Amino acid sequence: MNRGSLAKILSVSAVGALVLTGCGQAGQGGGSASGEGPVELTMWTHSAGNPAELEVYEQIIDDFNASQDEYEVVEESFPQGAYNDAIVAAAAADDLPCLLDMDGPIVPNWAWAGYIQPLGLPQEITDSLLPTAVGTYQDEIYSAGYWDAALAIFARESVLKANDIRIPTTDEPWTLEEFDATLATLKAAGYDTPLDLGAEDAGEWWPYAYSPMLQSAGGDLIDRDTMLSADGTLNGPEAVEYFTWFQEAFEQGYTSNAGTVGNEEFNADEVALSYTGVWNALDSLDTVGDDLLILPPPDFGTGPRIGGGSWQWGISSSCDSPEGARAYLEFSFQDKYITAFSDKQVVIPATEGAVEASQHFGPEGDLRPFVELSQEFALLRPQTPAYPVISSTFAKAGQDIMNGADVQSTLDGAVAEIDANIQSNDGYGF
Amino acid sequence: MTTSSSIPTPLLAAPEPGAAAPPRRRRIAAARRSEGRSGLAMVAPALLLLVLFLVIPVLLAFGLSFTNARLISPNPPRFVGLDNFVRAFTADPAFLRSAINTFVFAVVIVPVQAGLGLLLAVLVNQKLRGVTMFRVIFFVPVVTSIVVVSILWKFMYQKDGLVNSFIDTITFGAWQGTAWLNNPSTALGAIIVLSIWQAVGFHMLIWLSGLQTIPEELYEAARMDGATPWQQFTNVTWPGLRSTMVFVLVTITIAALGLFVQVDVMTQGGPVNSTTTLVYHAVRKGYREMETGYGATISLIFFVLVLIVALVQRFLTREKD
Amino acid sequence: MATASLTSRPASRTAADPGEHVLRRRRKVWSYVAMSALAVVFLFPLVFMFVSSLKPDAQILGDVGSPRAFLPVGDISLDNYFGVFDRVPVGQFLVNSVLVTVLTVGLGLVVNSMAGFALSRMRWKGRSVVLAIVIATLIVPFETIAVPMVYWVSKLPTLVMEGGILKYDFGWLNSYHVQIVPFIANAFSIFLFTQYFSTIPKSLDEAARIDGAGWFTIYRRIIVPLAGPAFATVAILTFLPAWNQYLWPLMVVQQEELRPVMVGMQYFFQLNTAWGEVMAYTSLITLPVLIVFLSFQRAFVSSVAASGVKG
Repeated sequence: MNRGSLAKILSVSAVGALVLTGCGQAGQGGGSASGEGPVELTMWTHSAGNPAELEVYEQIIDDFNASQDEYEVVEESFPQGAYNDAIVAAAAADDLPCLLDMDGPIVPNWAWAGYIQPLGLPQEITDSLLPTAVGTYQDEIYSAGYWDAALAIFARESVLKANDIRIPTTDEPWTLEEFDATLATLKAAGYDTPLDLGAEDAGEWWPYAYSPMLQSAGGDLIDRDTMLSADGTLNGPEAVEYFTWFQEAFEQGYTSNAGTVGNEEFNADEVALSYTGVWNALDSLDTVGDDLLILPPPDFGTGPRIGGGSWQWGISSSCDSPEGARAYLEFSFQDKYITAFSDKQVVIPATEGAVEASQHFGPEGDLRPFVELSQEFALLRPQTPAYPVISSTFAKAGQDIMNGADVQSTLDGAVAEIDANIQSNDGYGF
Repeated sequence: MTTSSSIPTPLLAAPEPGAAAPPRRRRIAAARRSEGRSGLAMVAPALLLLVLFLVIPVLLAFGLSFTNARLISPNPPRFVGLDNFVRAFTADPAFLRSAINTFVFAVVIVPVQAGLGLLLAVLVNQKLRGVTMFRVIFFVPVVTSIVVVSILWKFMYQKDGLVNSFIDTITFGAWQGTAWLNNPSTALGAIIVLSIWQAVGFHMLIWLSGLQTIPEELYEAARMDGATPWQQFTNVTWPGLRSTMVFVLVTITIAALGLFVQVDVMTQGGPVNSTTTLVYHAVRKGYREMETGYGATISLIFFVLVLIVALVQRFLTREKD
Repeated sequence: MATASLTSRPASRTAADPGEHVLRRRRKVWSYVAMSALAVVFLFPLVFMFVSSLKPDAQILGDVGSPRAFLPVGDISLDNYFGVFDRVPVGQFLVNSVLVTVLTVGLGLVVNSMAGFALSRMRWKGRSVVLAIVIATLIVPFETIAVPMVYWVSKLPTLVMEGGILKYDFGWLNSYHVQIVPFIANAFSIFLFTQYFSTIPKSLDEAARIDGAGWFTIYRRIIVPLAGPAFATVAILTFLPAWNQYLWPLMVVQQEELRPVMVGMQYFFQLNTAWGEVMAYTSLITLPVLIVFLSFQRAFVSSVAASGVKG
């Protein structure tokens, strides 16, 4: 290293630093009016890396910006896997945008913390939406979404017929005994692990996919009447029974957590049944064709259940122009946009009008069964600010049980953790 | 450089600054003052940045550890005294597991990685054609992002993944592998292997540099006395690598105790807490579960533990003159 | 300076007798066998990555348990690379990462070497306190202070141009400098410089002092030119973490135009992971580092090694 190169480093660095200071950006600051132009409304989505979904947003924003000259929506997209970390950091730094989308179950937490404000959309809009596409906390609406997702069991008709397995319907789903017998039959028929539960996934998938089964068995994540304790619901006899079944399903080789996230194993006919989401349906339809069955999950005791609640939109409390944000959201809840989301994303449209118009979910649509499943069986995850800790604790307990931990003591530990958290937050306002 | 191996600089000890000795007292005093001002001025930018971006956040974390602060909450933080510390040691089994796992990880990684690094260094220190290429190859994982590496290895550790098919091949099917990251008894070991694979090339190089500063005459003298290669190693090589060893041990220890990315990408602390570490647990509690105060407490306990380890290590590797 | 390097001549040893000659040949053969086996172990994940980037998702998953995973066989194409460019603004992210990395490393070299100089070669009040602070900060993993840091940088003042007037505002989020400034000063770098500088004979300073040179002149004219290996070492060691930054930009950068490459990785983890594109993207962002490393490998490796001894 000679003197010349040090001088170079120094000058390059100094110039760079100056340029960067010039580039320094002001914070997001919600919406701000700068001089004459329209009021700027900042908006964050979790859709980076998902061109199909972004395309629809860009269409709505362009249309909205062109339809009036009072407001201008400016969109910023984040990759889904990093989105929650990003918005939590922004909230801590008091730097949230005006409009942001959130995964449904965390909405009560954000409302409780005061980061989002009541949505204030006209009632005819929120009433027209699927109940699982609306986020409420303490009887106040804080968020609304364009769609919902749904889970089902995918199967091949030919495989079930060949093994003399009854094809279940929404009116007459498989009972647990039937389901166990089905798994045993399929295993005997040569499927190494007949059922793909998606257990190789992590995070929110666990409560989304498996807490409805727990509810079907008569347990729950928390006592929804008080929202103050998980004792008796997450570790009661029904919950223990369900998780014992869950653990044994892995032990007996009916299912496994090998493989990668996605539905490849089903499409390749390595598993006979796959518990997975509507987002995988088109791929399977392509590979399996007419042979594909979209079936309700089994009845663990109190009727089948599936999870409801997907991404929804809210308005931050720090938004300088909530009227503008509301105007945008009102504008965006048009059937044509909701249909567009549904067609591009393969998700269930939140309004009836859009369902009728949609390519896949209309009366003759190839994915119509999902609409029925969603209407009949969808249940929201508990709408409490304690949800983030419930979710993380449930996922961890479920994974531990899958890996052979003692069921009762693991659930007791999870209950203790959830209850301690609720107490330390003075009941989260309940 | 050539003389340094015979006069090793003790690690973590301030080198004695040299001072010119001008003849007159007043000039000495003036020079001292000017030296003091210049010294402070030259260290100031770094010091200011360290204080702003390390010391202050650490102090903030210290302060938070005595409160029930939450990342997202309408309630202002309350001072809760030592509650968080009591909780960590009495009511949080995952914390204790994290401490144990972190300790196990470091205890295994430090000697194994240092030893393998030395072995590689001895291998590539030979006068052989093409040895340069091997040095480069062994160093390549070091320059690859640990996030990328973790994703790749997660793939390979699957039940039907590359690692198992490799084991199957070399044992002719006699030994069936498991799903390494899903098995509580193998997951931490799997992360240890990957971590060594990624970082050992760096320590190979440091050992290599140490090896090359040992004067050849010492080996010649040893051979003249009829020393076997092993005796040459224990009597000439190893004593000559003292200061290198201290450096290698300290850098591996610090990196090992801070284990986070591999766990975050590959196992999220599972299965059944078998891979959770102190830093991972601090991030999980303090950020993902938003219990900022408690997360800060775990960080604080972590700092104290690392400090103790560093002091013990320094005591054990001190110059025994 | 006996610095080790990838190309330096290993210590030579003379053969004493013919028996030893045979022994040495046998050892040579075994060395090659061992090194080649190790080379396979060190390279195969990367080969897997590059090869998989050319395959469709289903085939990657299908090949994963067989030697086919390393071979460019089956349905080979560049589709994944096109997919990557459709999904992620790769060019922008690369530019951002280069900018952030170059400035972090460049400014770091200056700031940390000056500190190392003052700590190793000058006598001043508070020197031992500063040294203690530097060493203490060595043990702080960034993840443990990330949350207080976000809060803290969001309160720091900054200069902004607004309507042609230079004003100051608060909040460092969403900028290039929030990705650079906190990482310029680095305890490990200071420590390496301190160690290295202290091996340079003090008589050089004394001679320069007698000639009337100031301390900064001594640093710039005498010490810096003699400390090439130390500068190169620090450059490499700070280059890698700067290029690989992930958690921090995720937390403090919201605008897509300012994101670095590692954050871009998350774009592929949608409801189902696009594995082929993940492999293509990781190949794309690893390639520049490998090229930089291979073209500077002699300086790189020799200097890492050179300053290693000093520890």
